[in-house]
Amino acid sequence: MSTLSVHDHSVAHHEEDHGHHHHKETFISKYIFSMDHKMIAKQFLITGITMAVIAMILSILFRIQLAYPDKAFPLMETLLGRFAPGGRLDSNFYLALVTIHGTIMVFFVLTAGLSGTFSNLLIPLQLGARDMASPFMNMLSYWFFFLASVIMLSSFMVQKGPASGGWTIYPPLSALPKAMPGSGMGMTLWLTSMVLFIASSLMGGINYVSTVLNMRTKGMDLWKMPLTIWAFFLTAVLGILSFPVLVAGVVLLIFDRSFGTSFYLSEIVLNGSQVQPFEGGSPILFQHLFWFLGHPEVYIVIMPAMGISSEVMSVNSRKPIFGYHAMVYSLIGITVLSFIVWGHHMFVTGMNPFLGGVFMITTLIIAVPSAVKTFNWLATLWRGNIRFTAAMLFAIGMVSFFISGGLTGIFLGNAALDINLHDTYFVVAHFHLVMGSAAIFGMLAGVYHWFPKMFGRMMNERLGYLHFWLTFIGAYLVFFPMHFMGLDGVPRRYYAFTEFESMKQWLSVNTFITWAAIMAAVAQCAFLFNFVYSIFFGKKATQNPWEANTLEWTAPVEHIHGNWPGEIPSVYRWPYDYSKPGADEDFIQQTVPLSQTMSSNLPHDFEDNPTGLEEHAKWASTQKSNEQVK
Amino acid sequence: MGFKNLFNTKKILSLIAVFMLLGTSVLFAQDAASAGASASPATDAAAKDTGLPTAGYYILMFLVVCFFIGIIGKVFRVYDLTQQIRGKKPLNWNNVMGVLCLVFLVAGLYGAYWSFTVQGSMILPAAASEHGGILDKMFWTTTGITMTVFFITQILLFTFLFRYRYNAKRRAHFLPHNNTIEKVWTIAPAIVLTVLVIFGFFTWKSITNSVDAKGEPASINIDITGHQFAWELRYPGKDGRLGKTNYKLVNGANKLGINFKDKYSYDDLQADTMVIPVNKSVRLNIHAQDVIHSVYIPAFRVQLNAVPGLPTFFKFKPIMTTAQMRAKLDKPTFEYEVLCNKICGGSHYNMKKVVRVVTEAEYQAWLAQQKPYLTDQLKKDLKFAATEDSKQVQQNRLALNN
Repeated sequence: MSTLSVHDHSVAHHEEDHGHHHHKETFISKYIFSMDHKMIAKQFLITGITMAVIAMILSILFRIQLAYPDKAFPLMETLLGRFAPGGRLDSNFYLALVTIHGTIMVFFVLTAGLSGTFSNLLIPLQLGARDMASPFMNMLSYWFFFLASVIMLSSFMVQKGPASGGWTIYPPLSALPKAMPGSGMGMTLWLTSMVLFIASSLMGGINYVSTVLNMRTKGMDLWKMPLTIWAFFLTAVLGILSFPVLVAGVVLLIFDRSFGTSFYLSEIVLNGSQVQPFEGGSPILFQHLFWFLGHPEVYIVIMPAMGISSEVMSVNSRKPIFGYHAMVYSLIGITVLSFIVWGHHMFVTGMNPFLGGVFMITTLIIAVPSAVKTFNWLATLWRGNIRFTAAMLFAIGMVSFFISGGLTGIFLGNAALDINLHDTYFVVAHFHLVMGSAAIFGMLAGVYHWFPKMFGRMMNERLGYLHFWLTFIGAYLVFFPMHFMGLDGVPRRYYAFTEFESMKQWLSVNTFITWAAIMAAVAQCAFLFNFVYSIFFGKKATQNPWEANTLEWTAPVEHIHGNWPGEIPSVYRWPYDYSKPGADEDFIQQTVPLSQTMSSNLPHDFEDNPTGLEEHAKWASTQKSNEQVK
Repeated sequence: MGFKNLFNTKKILSLIAVFMLLGTSVLFAQDAASAGASASPATDAAAKDTGLPTAGYYILMFLVVCFFIGIIGKVFRVYDLTQQIRGKKPLNWNNVMGVLCLVFLVAGLYGAYWSFTVQGSMILPAAASEHGGILDKMFWTTTGITMTVFFITQILLFTFLFRYRYNAKRRAHFLPHNNTIEKVWTIAPAIVLTVLVIFGFFTWKSITNSVDAKGEPASINIDITGHQFAWELRYPGKDGRLGKTNYKLVNGANKLGINFKDKYSYDDLQADTMVIPVNKSVRLNIHAQDVIHSVYIPAFRVQLNAVPGLPTFFKFKPIMTTAQMRAKLDKPTFEYEVLCNKICGGSHYNMKKVVRVVTEAEYQAWLAQQKPYLTDQLKKDLKFAATEDSKQVQQNRLALNN
């Protein structure tokens, strides 16, 4: 890369901002302890992808167990040793796999990997800022995340294996080391890792919020921000408000485990005779604290995916996003409501049934903004001019999954129906579609779309098509049948379905699901190859490969410390002027003043600008009179 | 650019061939080895299958598939280039994807239909309890509404994709918003959800409000206690009441920690199977000793967590005996079952209790055969312990007074 020219630009134009320190940029300060938001975004992305691949392999391991509960696989013993004696997974290790798969996917991939990557990359670039509000804290955010990832994975190395009480780690199971092997050292590592992770997430979130609020370029008022930024901003607000509650919950759990307190423990007898001294605590308290984060967490996962998909779909249908204001208000609605619905995870815990009723009402209200978003996406596609880029396909896949998975939420949000569906495979199918697949598709859409911005090269579109179709079909084949298993009352987190006569009819379906999962997992190789290959050998990207309006495409392809050579561009219009009637091209970038596009301006463009409106009216009337003269 | 060169040379082809040959021979060698091992089990340890050769073979197959995909990619590229040279348009991927979207829609609709009919017929039979009937009705209403929305939105999504695929001559319709239609599709789901919420709220209230109403015959009280990894049952004796328990009294002989100072506990019965009479209200008192478990009886639409330190209960009325259900499903071995539905440890997947619904007469006959928790031996032991206990209490009181 021609970094020389890059430096010339930035030095010439903002010496006072940056001084000369980046002349002495070493490998370490550029690639490892970097404070540049673009590099940190790449670090988050690559770490996130690595974690995703690991978590995916874990899922394939336990899927194999579910498909062939009675078969021994010598390779398993070779690879996993004591965790798979005789080539069959140990039942405790099976639960560990489920637990770590969930933890990694929810927190490390879809929270840090998704928000961390795209908030870092896009907030400064789409708002016209030189960098994040606090680059040093941004760097710390990544390194805390990295440390948390290492600690989480290191729990596979301890004698009794990783945490295995499910990703929700309900005490007393997680609080009593004697209750299961995974509640020993593995759980301690899990808790340590999560505390570091939350610290990382908070540092990131505070940075995102302060950057969005304070560092927008000239003309970029809140209502001119792309939906991606709205989504990242509200996601960060959600995280800042809810993650600390999880810290509280986790710290009390650490107390219960290590210092003999009994916040969550009461009247416990182990192994039928060992009476424990704990009294007066409540296991339900932990569930309240956990889900106070846990529910906003699913929106922390899905909202960035929604923002990315909105942007990608608008660009590639060459149409403004339908109902921009409604999209923003529904995001705000989801943000606010997501704080008062956590109890729907606890309908059958023995919580006061009246509370269950209240949480049911709030839960079904949150379906309204979600429905509005879905309809608006459909309206965006309607009469569009749809370019099928790989990113576009993934954004569409996100919408399809969001519909399929969202609708089953109406069953589960209903306390009465939840009695029979709680903790069955119906739930597994529901959340894997609506927040798992949908969010990962949003993330992949983002990777394909902003890859040229990140690496200056293009990914191979055709491999992207292959990747999309195999993953899309695979995900439906995996999760669609699970609904019916759930309706048959098959519980989740079961090591084998061989012990109950009624569940044996699902064995063949389980085998089918496993093979579909393996196919989808293998398809990810197309992505991984494409990703790595394109970083080094991809086709060179142009400045604005997708003909998009947002600010990041006005920045040079070469990465500059400070993003734009010279002044930061000013913004004059909203980001969705695609296919505007009267315009020369089918897109008008945000940096183009209205005075340059007289032929395409609409009265609507001058809502808060009476002089502009007057000018527009004058221009329109002269045009009219000219016509008449002709 | 090294990668590109690698692709173009014939070396990679020969390399693949060599790998294939190697893999096949390794696999054959392994087969021979395992055949040898089975012939002489003494050498078992030496010839232990590590699974590595098999894995290697699968990886080779994967590489071959990748290679063919690479070739197909090249073919497309060559085709595009020749079209360009001839001055014709290259392959229009927007059309290809548009058509694929339509194909996916048709295949997906058929797949969904197949899944609904084949797998949909494998789900639970109609509820065998009174409140379950209402739940089933609500379930099918919700299914009707959501599946209508599901099919309409998915069909719209994929037909839009096909219908409005890219065309260089066309320009998209500039439509930033339309307040009327936005209001419609905000209010419409709101109304539908309000109906579902009201329906659900009252059903939920009626199910969870399980205090016996006045004039109604009292429910049968049954204690169910979860521990790793089994359920324990306790039936009241002739007095119809269960004695008190205290977790501190749990030991090998008194596994539920029954407080035998409470006279109601004297005739409490133990049972291996949960036998309950049909058409009689049953109140399950749910306890847990060590970690959270969950009492789940899918056929009755009953589920509630068993939380240590937080006793809960669930009231329901079975309306079909096991025998009736067996006849209805044509499964002579069918049993109702309690399963554990909250992760509780390694054997979580195997924590069950059979529930048998019988007629009133059968129930009474069965109940008469059950043994009390307070065995003669236990009685002897406990009387002794009880007096000692009371002495201690008195001593404590004295100490306090001082």
